[in-house]
Amino acid sequence: MGDSQYSFSLTTFSPSGKLVQIEHALTAVGSGQTSLGIKASNGVVIATEKKLPSILVDEASVQKIQHLTPNIGTVYSGMGPDFRVLVRKSRKQAEQYLRLYKEPIPVTQLVRETATVMQEFTQSGGVRPFGVSLLVAGYDDKGPQLYQVDPSGSYFSWKASAMGKNVSNAKTFLEKRYTEDMELDDAIHTAILTLKEGFEGEISSKNIEIGKIGADKVFRVLTPAEIDDYLAEVE
Amino acid sequence: MSIFEYNGSAVVAMVGKNCFAIASDRRLGVQLQTIATDFQRISKIHDHLFIGLSGLATDVQTLYQRLVFRHKLYQLREERDMKPETFASLVSAILYEKRFGPYLCQPVIAGLGDDNKPFICTMDSIGAKELAKDFVVSGTASESLYGACEAMFKPDMEAEELFETISQALLSSVDRDCLSGWGGHVYVVTPNEIKEKILKGRMD
Repeated sequence: MGDSQYSFSLTTFSPSGKLVQIEHALTAVGSGQTSLGIKASNGVVIATEKKLPSILVDEASVQKIQHLTPNIGTVYSGMGPDFRVLVRKSRKQAEQYLRLYKEPIPVTQLVRETATVMQEFTQSGGVRPFGVSLLVAGYDDKGPQLYQVDPSGSYFSWKASAMGKNVSNAKTFLEKRYTEDMELDDAIHTAILTLKEGFEGEISSKNIEIGKIGADKVFRVLTPAEIDDYLAEVE
Repeated sequence: MSIFEYNGSAVVAMVGKNCFAIASDRRLGVQLQTIATDFQRISKIHDHLFIGLSGLATDVQTLYQRLVFRHKLYQLREERDMKPETFASLVSAILYEKRFGPYLCQPVIAGLGDDNKPFICTMDSIGAKELAKDFVVSGTASESLYGACEAMFKPDMEAEELFETISQALLSSVDRDCLSGWGGHVYVVTPNEIKEKILKGRMD
């Protein structure tokens, strides 16, 4: 990969044992728009702010929450274009698994393979780490699952998590509000309230995106009309 | 003589009530000469999944090693055993990888799937899957096996009766085939145990 002049890794250790490029990547994530995920007893919800640079942007064309498979969805904080590349690679890996085993890929396996890709970009020549953290929400035979994948390639399973600008407030809020036996609809309300906490301006169905997956194992992005309904319930 | 008939083989699998049986002959030959009378054609992948391979003996052994390798890695990565249907798809993919220089084997796969439902299938040497609800056969004695199974098979047999049926079908079929025989090797698998038996047939 890359020119032979750049066949060395740009991600190198500092004397203190840190990989500075990854720290910078995490900073890029930390200045991205807030996104969060909550695992309920019967499903998973992920949500994100969708602040567009200008009112002239056609918000219906911007889709921050994406499917990886019919039963796994993902959202990010950080650099949008890097997210697109990862989504493309993950979708391909999921399809390759399906083609080989004729069985849908388990959530853990897809997360692991995506994380492996991200790790490769911290140890290869001529490339930089991805500037995104992903939240992967899925429902398979092991039940509902929520994973976070970082630019370093490490991944964690969460009951609830947040990333991006407002991460510390959002996590504190989630820690207070989260209960083990929460149902999916409660989780969606909690997700909206958490987003509202650090929201600049008026929250509406045009500037947030919500994706959910329930026991039906079908990941769906909510329509603006559905988001409006949930927003009304939260008021 | 076809390369598939070089070593001689007979493999059959049958479905019973919440159980399955898989059986093979034991002869390893080099055309007309018998080299061994204890050749393993059926191998366990895990407690509820067996594969029997007929055809060229060297490919039987190599393919088995490759499949065990793949399954062990799968077990480590996914922390679970492979379902029989999944394994069959994997075997099919591995065989098709060598589409223009194939493994000269025909596998017979038998396992207990979800809810202990028996699953059997066979495929040709380049991975064309053939699922069946009753029985599947493979090897040089396959034509006789088809006839014998068709005549003797009944649906929903219990383990004891299934063992008798598959043994009779195997022994009578290999007697009509000079390249297979020298006894039989039968596995009857229920959700709780695996019964392995060696059959003594006509030793010729």
